[in-house]
Amino acid sequence: MKLQLKGVTKRFGTFTANDRIDLTVQPGEIHALLGENGAGKSTLMNTIYGLHSPNEGEILLDDRRVSFDGPGDAVEAGIGMVHQHFMLIPVFSVTESVMLGYEPTKSAGMIDFAEARRRVQEISARFGFDVDPDAKIEDLPVGAQQRVEIIKALSRDARVLILDEPTAVLTPQETDELIGIMRQLKEAGTSIVFITHKLREVRAIADKITVIRRGKIVGEALPDSTETQLASVMVGREVNLTTQKDPADPGDVGFSVEGLTVVSGSGKVVLDDVSLEIARGEILCVAGVDGNGQSELAEAILGLRSAVAGTITLDGTNLRRMSVKERLNAGIGFVPEDRSTDGVIPAFSITENFVLDQYDQQPYSNGIAMRPTVMREAAVEQTSRFDVRLGNVDDPISTLSGGNQQKVVLAREMSRDIRLFLASQPTRGLDVGSIEFVHRTIIEERDKGTPCLIVSTELDEVSNLADRIAVMYRGVVVGIVPGHTNRDVLGLMMAGVPVKEAYAQAQDHHTILGEADEEAQA
Amino acid sequence: MSEQPTQEPGAVAVKAEPRQEVDTRLQPIKWKFPITYVLLGLLSLGVFALLSPTGSVTQFRLATASDIVTLPAVNVPSFATALVLSVLQLGLAALAIFAAARRIRLGIWHPMLFGLLFVLAFLVYAGAGRGAFIPVVTLLAGALMLSVPLIFGAMCGLVGERSGIINIAIEGQLLAGAFLAAVAASFFTSAYVGLLAAPFAGAAVGGLLVWFAVKYHVNQIIVGVVLNVLVIGLTSFLYSTVLTQNAEMWNARQQLPRLPIPGLSQIPILGPVLFNQTILVYLMYVIVFALHILVFKSRWGLRMRAVGEHPKAADTVGINVPRTRVFNTVLAGGIAGLGGAYFTVGQGLAFGQEMSAGQGFIALAAMILGRWNPKGALLAALLFGFSTSVGQVLSTIGTPVPSEMLLMLPYVITIFAVAGFVGRVRPPAAEGVPYIK
Repeated sequence: MKLQLKGVTKRFGTFTANDRIDLTVQPGEIHALLGENGAGKSTLMNTIYGLHSPNEGEILLDDRRVSFDGPGDAVEAGIGMVHQHFMLIPVFSVTESVMLGYEPTKSAGMIDFAEARRRVQEISARFGFDVDPDAKIEDLPVGAQQRVEIIKALSRDARVLILDEPTAVLTPQETDELIGIMRQLKEAGTSIVFITHKLREVRAIADKITVIRRGKIVGEALPDSTETQLASVMVGREVNLTTQKDPADPGDVGFSVEGLTVVSGSGKVVLDDVSLEIARGEILCVAGVDGNGQSELAEAILGLRSAVAGTITLDGTNLRRMSVKERLNAGIGFVPEDRSTDGVIPAFSITENFVLDQYDQQPYSNGIAMRPTVMREAAVEQTSRFDVRLGNVDDPISTLSGGNQQKVVLAREMSRDIRLFLASQPTRGLDVGSIEFVHRTIIEERDKGTPCLIVSTELDEVSNLADRIAVMYRGVVVGIVPGHTNRDVLGLMMAGVPVKEAYAQAQDHHTILGEADEEAQA
Repeated sequence: MSEQPTQEPGAVAVKAEPRQEVDTRLQPIKWKFPITYVLLGLLSLGVFALLSPTGSVTQFRLATASDIVTLPAVNVPSFATALVLSVLQLGLAALAIFAAARRIRLGIWHPMLFGLLFVLAFLVYAGAGRGAFIPVVTLLAGALMLSVPLIFGAMCGLVGERSGIINIAIEGQLLAGAFLAAVAASFFTSAYVGLLAAPFAGAAVGGLLVWFAVKYHVNQIIVGVVLNVLVIGLTSFLYSTVLTQNAEMWNARQQLPRLPIPGLSQIPILGPVLFNQTILVYLMYVIVFALHILVFKSRWGLRMRAVGEHPKAADTVGINVPRTRVFNTVLAGGIAGLGGAYFTVGQGLAFGQEMSAGQGFIALAAMILGRWNPKGALLAALLFGFSTSVGQVLSTIGTPVPSEMLLMLPYVITIFAVAGFVGRVRPPAAEGVPYIK
């Protein structure tokens, strides 16, 4: 089906998320929509899918004008969408999830489970998916959950399929399979709109690329453009995709965990006997698909989760029995994964957020009295050092952009003398400029001789920063490899394949992304 | 040309099989249940068995006058029976310890059997040497009677919360139902008219709750509390002004007749308890059974659960989230209103101020204890009804234990239940969270 947008504009209050967007997707075309975080890609897709109604402009399907009151209408018209955050209900079975909203029924509104199951099996057989229709969603790995989403869209005869950042949660090998599925769908005449901010994938997959920046279409490109070209169109200036750094000069071991084991509230083992060592002046990145215990590792080190076994050693002291506050005072600088809920308090001022973990320490307080002037001065000084673009440090931090908020968090954690820098997803949701800044800052911290532990699910970030990479899978460290290890090997390890085997298998088979990677390096 | 997805030996993570249960080796052993069993078993042994006077006899009466086959009364030697029952309990406690140490899960039969033995031992002790019969049928009939409003209330809470609306106003809905049932029945001099009217009162309260919750995103617990106060105030005001002025017209007693089911009501012990009831109780059986099926097997149930778990996901497949929540909460209110009718026309009583007496909150606890499942909520409500019934029966025959202690039991169980003593309960994920697009 042909999808056409003409002058689509969407405003939220005074903010224009999409400004007069024109876009044409031909039948059987894989059309990539490339743009930075916050460029307005998802808003545009939600508008096509009927979740928002546009303020201006029109949507045409096969040259017929359509308007949607809700996603139900869009689905009716043949549009399917796989959201970045899956729209699946954890406690439902695969069959229940797929049929929801379109249940085959017998008399009296009773669901025909046999028919529903048959539909799931039929579609998954047609595309070679391997999905158990009776499995519970929460027990499935994310790659399989994504397939359930695709089955869901296909079961409603979607002829335009929108994929919102589909590869964010996949290993390179899983991405390969997704690419295979997308090509298969394309052969069958399905049009695919594919949203991403990853340049490599775009070049490997798309027939046509539309670049969007700050809500506007700024260019179109063909997949044979180079990454640097694409990046400069996307960001609007020349960018360095890799951060320059000198080789690490690791000193003695500054931080280590030994046999760390954590059990979740529901009794599942989320960290299983994890051991790591980080030298002073070294960055260790923890890679892995989201939800394999990395967040729990960071939380256990800071003390937000208690460990059932193991030791956490910083400068020779075991932190395991200490409270969070004691650990912070022992010198842990922590950047949490979810900035908006754990990193800052949105309604507090920039100054207050800046002293959030040191408000009761010298020099910010004296006995029971806080010293607002000292705090304010320090906030002004450090925010300018960290290049935070702000009006006034007394404004609520929620007035800043995500990138600037993250810089305030970094300023807070790095402006004191820290013995370990621990960051979880330090650049999630940031624009390219801020990502560059954050990476540079982390490397500077390393060069000061601080051991750095960075948890990241973005392989680009991991390759960029890491001196060594620890790959986690289901709560276990599969292996620790050098920072320049290639993506195919890392991808296999992220799927639980042990180091040696991963190297051997990666030799035999290159993924599409891995090849793109080598081309880029060549 | 169609390119097949590239399969390769290493890509194990994409196999869409459920993750295996993680090794349980490291889970901390949960000792609280075994310890509780041991303590209760020792209590049973030390008090019920050893304090039962030797040589005394406990008499159980199993029959009512209308049975076809009249079962003889059962006489048991108090001391010996209580002793045997206590030893059996300690045996079960030992089994629980063994299972806990080996991390084996015992089925639901274990606590149920233990509870039964404990209650029996207690009854043997309570009735020892008193010369009075322990009326088993009365005890069970009383349990069911006291459970009726709880079961209706729990079903109401369940339907509302499964669609994502926390309903603290069950109490108010029961009371409103009781009030309107009494007034309508009295005015039209027909208990059945009262029965028909009652759901509307409950539904109206449910409607107010969901209106504030869905339209204005007000905190649902606060709205619920306010509605309870509103209903209490309104019914008390009308009671003291209109109803007492002209009680003949507005608050005369009307009772739903008992409709014994031929055959079934003749079964010994259970027949008169379950099948010699009013239409309201039969309706309750139907509602519980229907919900048991519909919540999990119907389109209505699937959509309701989807909205309560992940409203945005429901929205993306074209389900109207606000409408689903409104419909289900109003429906749930109707169920509670019907249950409220049991206080007045169900028992042939006139309306009295605050006659629901906190039953709505106990119903809420029954729902939680029953883990938002119709079957579980039914069992929990029956448990609460039974412990109250034991308290009432024993206070009439006179026991060594103050009956207040027994009447306290439902509340103690409630506290433990909501404090999560019975394991991790998992409420619907989006319960109480307004859905804002």
